[in-house]
Amino acid sequence: MAVQTGDDSKPELVICEHCDSVYQRSPLPAGAVARCLQCGAELYRNRRVDLDTMLALTVTSMIVMAIANAYPVVWMDLGGQSRSVTLWGAVLSSYDAGVGLVAVVSAACIFLMPLLQIAVLIYVLVPLRAGRVPQYFASAMHALRRMQPWSMVEVFLLGILVSAVKLAADAAISPGIGLWGFALLTYLLTLITSYDLHELWDLAAEEQS
Amino acid sequence: MRCRRCGTSIHRRKPESIARTWAFLIAAAILYLPANLLPIMLTSTLLEQRSDTILSGVAALWRDGAWDIAIIVFVASVVVPILKIGVIALLLWSVQSGARWRRSERTRLYRIVEFVGHWSMLDVFVVALLVGLVHFRSFADVQPGPGAVAFAAVVVLTMLASMSFDPRLIWDVPAKNLPPAPKS
Repeated sequence: MAVQTGDDSKPELVICEHCDSVYQRSPLPAGAVARCLQCGAELYRNRRVDLDTMLALTVTSMIVMAIANAYPVVWMDLGGQSRSVTLWGAVLSSYDAGVGLVAVVSAACIFLMPLLQIAVLIYVLVPLRAGRVPQYFASAMHALRRMQPWSMVEVFLLGILVSAVKLAADAAISPGIGLWGFALLTYLLTLITSYDLHELWDLAAEEQS
Repeated sequence: MRCRRCGTSIHRRKPESIARTWAFLIAAAILYLPANLLPIMLTSTLLEQRSDTILSGVAALWRDGAWDIAIIVFVASVVVPILKIGVIALLLWSVQSGARWRRSERTRLYRIVEFVGHWSMLDVFVVALLVGLVHFRSFADVQPGPGAVAFAAVVVLTMLASMSFDPRLIWDVPAKNLPPAPKS
């Protein structure tokens, strides 16, 4: 949480979200992270938001996301037959097999949440880059924060690996394009979610004043 | 009262944190039993029919020689859920009994639980993938078991439990030599 003390767009005080200690904000060297002295939680970091880079990474994520979802992640050969599975194949098969919750959780955490994260970020970044604050900016920023813990592309990537190992004893397994898509998407999402969203709040406040 | 910048209503602490966290945690603990006792996956091949629980799946990986993957799955599916339920129960109990000990370590425990929680979804995704992939008529077929549903619910519930816990409660009990802080 940040406390606004004057009319400046940059808050002067920072409150630790994990123990309520209050700190005076001081400038950090580039790439440094400020941590709470009492409980060790991260307070803020100096990762200057470069809107161009961030937007470029986000748009790239959207393209990679489309590729990752459109192509099979694994191929399996057994008894002269060859089969592959996409994320959506896995979701629909689970649904048809009667485990609806597995299907819903998979669709939400691997597809819907990452997709919304990327879309909302583009919605926020494009106007900010043009020097405007988008309508519903606050709601969009809250949504980004809420969605973060439910976005699990990296866990799915590990899931693909585990599935392949489980099958490798009995069948020939080979990676699909979707696997590389999800690997790249994991990397890109890690990059774009490591930005400190407070920086965007500061930028928006500067635009509005 | 609302935040001047983002418009969210301001709470001193997350509302009803302790009651909500207990509710999610107890529900997770109850579902933990079927999640581990019921099969998560049913495999049929020409040679055999087998049903796997979470633990027997780990054991099968170990027997096949994939001990590294077996350890990863064991940590994500067995260690992390138990750790989460145990740690959150400990935090709730310590807050409710007004404990003053090791506050920063307890806060750190909370952060660890928050950080690792979603990795438990691993087995759920593995079931979804195998169910989608393995359909080779009589040669091999994989069907999901009811344990997978219970396990997915356990992971979602423990995540909701850790989200509704407010670590600032750990710091609300004043140290002995200080005058008491105003009650929230």
